[in-house]
Amino acid sequence: MKVTQQDLDTVASLSRLRISDEERPEVLSQLDKFLTYVDNLQQVDTSNVEPTTYALPMKNVFRADEVKPSLDRELALSNAPLKEDGYFKVPRVLEE
Amino acid sequence: MNLNEMTAHELHDLLVGKKISSVELTTAVLDQIDRTEGSIGAYVSITRDQAIDAARAVDKKLADGESIGVLGGIPCAIKDNICTKGITTTCASKILENFVPPYDATVIAKLRAEEPIIVGKANMDEFAMGGSTENSGFHVTHNPRALDRVPGGSSGGSAAAVAGNEAIWALGSDTGGSIRQPASFCGVVGMKPTYGRVSRYGLVAYASSLDQIGPITKDVTDCAHVLNAIAGHDDMDSTSTAAPVPDYTKALVSDVGGLTIGLPKEYFAEGMDVEVERAVRSAAATYEKLGAKIKTISLPHTDYAISAYYLIAPAEAATNLERYDGVSYGVRIDGVDVVDMMKNTRTALFGAEVKRRIMIGNYALSAGYYDAYYLKALKVRTLIRNDFVEAFKDVDVILAPTAPTAAFKLGEMVDDPLKMYLQDVCTVPLNLAGLPGISIPCGETSTSLPIGFQLIGRALDEETLLRAAFTYEQQR
Repeated sequence: MKVTQQDLDTVASLSRLRISDEERPEVLSQLDKFLTYVDNLQQVDTSNVEPTTYALPMKNVFRADEVKPSLDRELALSNAPLKEDGYFKVPRVLEE
Repeated sequence: MNLNEMTAHELHDLLVGKKISSVELTTAVLDQIDRTEGSIGAYVSITRDQAIDAARAVDKKLADGESIGVLGGIPCAIKDNICTKGITTTCASKILENFVPPYDATVIAKLRAEEPIIVGKANMDEFAMGGSTENSGFHVTHNPRALDRVPGGSSGGSAAAVAGNEAIWALGSDTGGSIRQPASFCGVVGMKPTYGRVSRYGLVAYASSLDQIGPITKDVTDCAHVLNAIAGHDDMDSTSTAAPVPDYTKALVSDVGGLTIGLPKEYFAEGMDVEVERAVRSAAATYEKLGAKIKTISLPHTDYAISAYYLIAPAEAATNLERYDGVSYGVRIDGVDVVDMMKNTRTALFGAEVKRRIMIGNYALSAGYYDAYYLKALKVRTLIRNDFVEAFKDVDVILAPTAPTAAFKLGEMVDDPLKMYLQDVCTVPLNLAGLPGISIPCGETSTSLPIGFQLIGRALDEETLLRAAFTYEQQR
């Protein structure tokens, strides 16, 4: 097994997902099979190879820092599950 | 021939010649939807009333003697991950079931100038993750050519709508083959333009360095028309290219004399269906007969493309999909605190494949594994890209299968994600290299399933692809 129970907990937490006890063995085994599959990359010599993040040559793209019209506040909030006084509203973040 | 079975350019001529009205045409498409949508399921939502209103407006323009664009008054389907102002855009995910975009994607804003008739939002694999449309959070889509088979994916709804005459043309998106493979499975034309050729603003992001919007049409001429309408630089997408946009219809010339077409030996590997291989090789023979030179080439890192893709795409997806947290849009499932709320929302509302890719991505990006997986994949991406750079020194176009098989049966692969990933073997290398590709029908299997082949071009050379595709189409 390449993936430990602890790896799975870390990944689930980073992903903001819960994995139930019933799902656990299957999720673990699938992740393991996947990592075994992509192991073929290790056969490739990449010692002098630069990584490619974008396929086409692209440098930093700058634009003038100007104020332009943007989405109306009410419209921006129109899909909010919960809002109050022009703000998004969420459950408490900090302990009382 | 019924109106809904015709191509956009044919219908345009009938519209401007006052032989038909847009309302008549739109009604023909909506009637077809009423007849067949129950068995195909190409759409997530149908915008019947808006469509008829829009058709009336086009008819009024025509009656007043005003000119319309080639796509004006013509009914189309839009993949449900492209934002349409005021029309629900779900990405076929329960987490976005109620999302109504307050703005249009740039491609939609550009199209609106031509006044096409949007008849609905097309079904897809949830967040474009999949190759069969079976990962839709709402319902599966059936292949109009064989109802017990998948339409391909992730743009399966778009391809099924066009193949089933429930739309004249459609927009899809392609991250690893999601336009080309369903086009091939459904027997229609599908193009992934060069990365950066079409703005991604308003396309709900899956893997930002790979995603590209493109046309799904009934013929190559319509493909050129749709590309004309959507291509070009956009200030809202800094990865869109400033390269000038040619008139792509000028490339529709039936002549491949002087073209050298490469056949990459790695794309005709073991595991490929014999009928598919025969049909694709026969397409190459047709090109030779028409005056093109055929050359066998090698793209030596092809074998590593799937692995590189399935690390890079999930890594980008894990980052992009962080935004579905129940805070600013979409569905929320409450919790005792904010993290509990996010976990409740994401766990209940994301489908299995989306969760799998988010976790793979976060694993590949996490401390201790980043170099071995994510960075390694990015370096292999460079090698895959270099393979194409080398190949294009000797050839003008590369010809390959679009997918290793014809459409498979519904349910056949759902339990085996790795097997499903292998469907993408011929399509993902282009996305990794940013290159354009087009899938064109080239016959059928003995059981009447469509087969497609793929032409791959140099970056920003959609014109040569269209020319070669058009030439082949004229010979059939």
